[in-house]
Amino acid sequence: MNAFLRKALRRAPLFILMCVLGLVFAAPLLFMFASSFKHDDAIFSDLSSWSAYVPDAGWSMANYAAIFERSNLPLFLFNSTLIALAVVVGGILVNSMLAFSLSRMRWRGRGAVLSVVVAMMIIPFEVIAIPLLSLVARLPWPGIEQGALTWHIGWFNSLHVQIIPFLANAFCVFLFYQFFRDIPPELDEAAKMDGAGPWALFFRIILPNSRPVIATAAIVLFIAAWNQYLWPIMVVQGEAARPVQPGIQQFFGRSNSWGQIMAYASVVTLPVLAVFLAFQRQFVASVAGSGIKG
Amino acid sequence: MKNLLGRDHPLAVGGFAGPALILFAAFILAPLLLAAAATFSNHRLVSPEPTRYVGLDNYKRLLALQVVTVEPLRDAAGAALRDEDGVRFPTWRQTRGARPALAGYRPAWQFGLGERRIVLAATDPLFYRSLINTFLFALLVLPLQCGVALGLALLVNQRIAGRIFFRTVYFAPVVTSMVVASIVWSFMLNTDRGMINELLRTLTGDANVGPDWLGESRYALPAIAIMSAWQGAGFQMLVFLAGLQSISPELYEAATLMGANAWQRFVHVTLPGLRNTIVFVMVSTMLMAFGLFTQVDVMTAGGPLDSTTTVVYHAVRSGFKQQDIGYGSTITLVFFGIVLLASALQRFLASKGGHK
Amino acid sequence: MRRKTLAALAMLAAFSGPVIAAPTEIKVWRHDTGDAEMVASRNMVERFNRSQDKWRVVVESIPQGSYTESITAASLVGQLPCLMTIDQPAVPNFAWAGNIRPLDDLLPEAVVRPLLPGGRGTYRGRLYSVGQFDVVLALFARHSALAAEGVRVATVEQPYSAQELHDILLKVKRGGHYRYPLDLNGKAKGEWVSYAFSPWLQSAGADLVDRNDYLRVDGVLNGGPALGVARYYARLFKDRLAERNPADEKGFEQGRSLIQYTGSWKAREYAERIKDDLVVMPPPDFGHGPRVGAASWQWAVSRSCPHPAGASAFLAHVLSPPEMAEMSRMTGLVPVSAAAAALTEHYRSGGDWRVYFDFAARYALPRPATPAYPAISAAFEKAMADLRGGKEPAEAMDEAVEAIEYDLARNNGYGFTQPKAMASK
Repeated sequence: MNAFLRKALRRAPLFILMCVLGLVFAAPLLFMFASSFKHDDAIFSDLSSWSAYVPDAGWSMANYAAIFERSNLPLFLFNSTLIALAVVVGGILVNSMLAFSLSRMRWRGRGAVLSVVVAMMIIPFEVIAIPLLSLVARLPWPGIEQGALTWHIGWFNSLHVQIIPFLANAFCVFLFYQFFRDIPPELDEAAKMDGAGPWALFFRIILPNSRPVIATAAIVLFIAAWNQYLWPIMVVQGEAARPVQPGIQQFFGRSNSWGQIMAYASVVTLPVLAVFLAFQRQFVASVAGSGIKG
Repeated sequence: MKNLLGRDHPLAVGGFAGPALILFAAFILAPLLLAAAATFSNHRLVSPEPTRYVGLDNYKRLLALQVVTVEPLRDAAGAALRDEDGVRFPTWRQTRGARPALAGYRPAWQFGLGERRIVLAATDPLFYRSLINTFLFALLVLPLQCGVALGLALLVNQRIAGRIFFRTVYFAPVVTSMVVASIVWSFMLNTDRGMINELLRTLTGDANVGPDWLGESRYALPAIAIMSAWQGAGFQMLVFLAGLQSISPELYEAATLMGANAWQRFVHVTLPGLRNTIVFVMVSTMLMAFGLFTQVDVMTAGGPLDSTTTVVYHAVRSGFKQQDIGYGSTITLVFFGIVLLASALQRFLASKGGHK
Repeated sequence: MRRKTLAALAMLAAFSGPVIAAPTEIKVWRHDTGDAEMVASRNMVERFNRSQDKWRVVVESIPQGSYTESITAASLVGQLPCLMTIDQPAVPNFAWAGNIRPLDDLLPEAVVRPLLPGGRGTYRGRLYSVGQFDVVLALFARHSALAAEGVRVATVEQPYSAQELHDILLKVKRGGHYRYPLDLNGKAKGEWVSYAFSPWLQSAGADLVDRNDYLRVDGVLNGGPALGVARYYARLFKDRLAERNPADEKGFEQGRSLIQYTGSWKAREYAERIKDDLVVMPPPDFGHGPRVGAASWQWAVSRSCPHPAGASAFLAHVLSPPEMAEMSRMTGLVPVSAAAAALTEHYRSGGDWRVYFDFAARYALPRPATPAYPAISAAFEKAMADLRGGKEPAEAMDEAVEAIEYDLARNNGYGFTQPKAMASK
């Protein structure tokens, strides 16, 4: 009992620190979430007090009802989910394979390619946005019309225009690369002695041991895809393929309805948090279970 | 299947590297080359006139810099005129009017030297100011975000109750879109009624305390830096966490057996084990800092007085809002070159320093 | 056997009456304002579709905040629909870029003539867009509040002069009831700044650009009168009469400000909230009479529209007085023809909002009809932001002038040339 108490006391200051930090990090989001339940006037009169972070007595779901009525939010959520999932799955595959070839395989030009990949991390999206726009307006895409394969020029107003350009992600490649470099080479030797080629090595041994970095990459790609804003504005004009983020602009008009904006922001943020929460347990369990011991 | 030269079979390499490389080439490198080509033209966003080749005009406009010495206004005897603010100088327009070579130049910085004033004039002073702003921002954000991230990772790595909950809380800001985060922070940073100033007022007991965060040039950039650190720390925390958990616990056991306390364990086991991770986190934070755009666009529109204009913001404003694609591409390309040079230099120095 | 069937079918077809062909679809994009205007717009489209069966209009609404970027991106790659809404000051730019076509031959003279200037978008003498409504700028206040502070009510005959307004605000501030007596709608960014404050330039005798040639900016935007306006604007913030970075746009609504300078889109809302206590005053006079901006979102036809006849039919429907009146009724915005105004409750002669219609008729001046307008507006907006931040007015305006001059030079004057000397006639 004594030992337990002592341990708890030692842990207590750390716990308090974590709580304080938690408040600091969560405050803006609490503000957003609390405001989504308030009327616009209440948001501003509460702005400078503690009640900005909690719903007030007259809280209601009116804002949420309004956003679903004024915009096609379920469709946008569906589109974003599809896009994000596609980017995550495709992205993990494609980027990890490149990182594997950069870290575990030997080939001419490997160093140059690595440098180029690192360099590409610097390029902010806004730089290539316009030329990319011209490019995707001219690319063909297959479609089936009346039972025959036809080619349609231009990728506008589609889901694939929001997926394909973002599968290859320099940051993720680098992430995988660093992680693969740290995996001891003895595993390679063991695999080779068993007669396994690079494909088997990759899919059977390296990937299963890379759960932490896969989880991280998945989160990076998911968030990047979910928070896409400038690109969908440029290439998706219709509602059918529109994702969630551009939709918030709908509520900025002549009269900004802040309560609805906050409600929209909450609806758009919480699913991602939920995904992270789900992923997180996987992440913890796999790391505890696996062992990258030599 | 390695061949005689110790290299892997090209088909295998192609299979692994191919898809990503093709995607990179098509969707990042090709547009980059198009943007580079645009820098030599006067390509406009919407224009009925055909795009013309203009050679290095865009670059000249971007980079031209001149040092100008300005003499003060003098009276009949030749002594400098003074008023309560100090020596009186002619306005920039008057100075420029007297020297035709300065056509199109505007002051970027100026400082006094004795009786004279030295002016660094450029055709695009905002570019140089934005370069400084961007580097300043990176300097502010880097220690803040990485330090906080490491601290959080260490905390969350302990066996304390609720760490999964706290991990989610610390990560929550990363998940919010930058647009939403910027909007919420604008409310919190409001001078009169924002939460931050209210907190300051309660803490200091002074009713007049409360800087104009987004309205004064010396506070705006730090405010955005704090906000960006808040938004990004959670993610770097995860990366550090992955790194921490890959350090073998046997090393810690060995250190404890040798009599090391917590601090010594941190310095001699944790830090070295995290070296790659630290490098990665610092590099990626710095690169993301260089791309600062959305927060500036939503919260300050580059102001006040150009103190938060970053290079990317300047480029987007020139390219999209002022519709000058050729010039916007020039800005980003030159910046890209600078950053490339800086990172190459850093890697060169790091390898010289014997770090392997 | 087959021939007999064919003959039978043919006879059946012949006797089954006129064949109704499916209506041709016309694609339309409009900005999404998310309020009563959307409902009104939808009803209007439905009425058009029901009134005839040759054309069917299909509307896609695009969020307003990013609308210009969206249609610019689409225009870059030639993917514009048949009809779209455009904010009027951007119309010359679109016309110059070749994205929209003139409407002179699509709309009969009789339909266009009754429109107020705020209902049309012209460029180089040709009509490129038409609108159903306009918005005017006004100073809103409460009778009771003004009386309590001892401030007179400005009227159309006797507007506030700029100096008078400044003195009023100083007096009120010293009175201590209002932290920031003037609400300048500071939360709104973008085109609002140019829309709201370039009329002050015109009221002072200056302008954004010389409208004789649309080329001269030096001496116009940074000349004496313009600098006077710039200094005035900067002093409003230096004297803390208006808030630099307001948290919200509810300052006046919640009684934290005495006077608000905003657009008449607030008319309906304020009329409902403040009722009889509301007083609507003209903007301040900087010497040449108050001025308000003109023209709001308007309809244009793209050059690539495959069915100009359908576009023409739709526009004629849109501009008909009953439709204009209905739009005004639902949104509270100012109708742009006297005939439509007569059909509305609020804007007809003697109506309680007729004052806005009169402002529009009396004070309105559209923004300069030049393709350089987006650049001009961006430069002006930055100058105003810098003035708020404390920059020296002469420097701020100089910088704006140089930015605009550079843009004009870059685009070869957008096709405008120097007016020929009189001697060469």
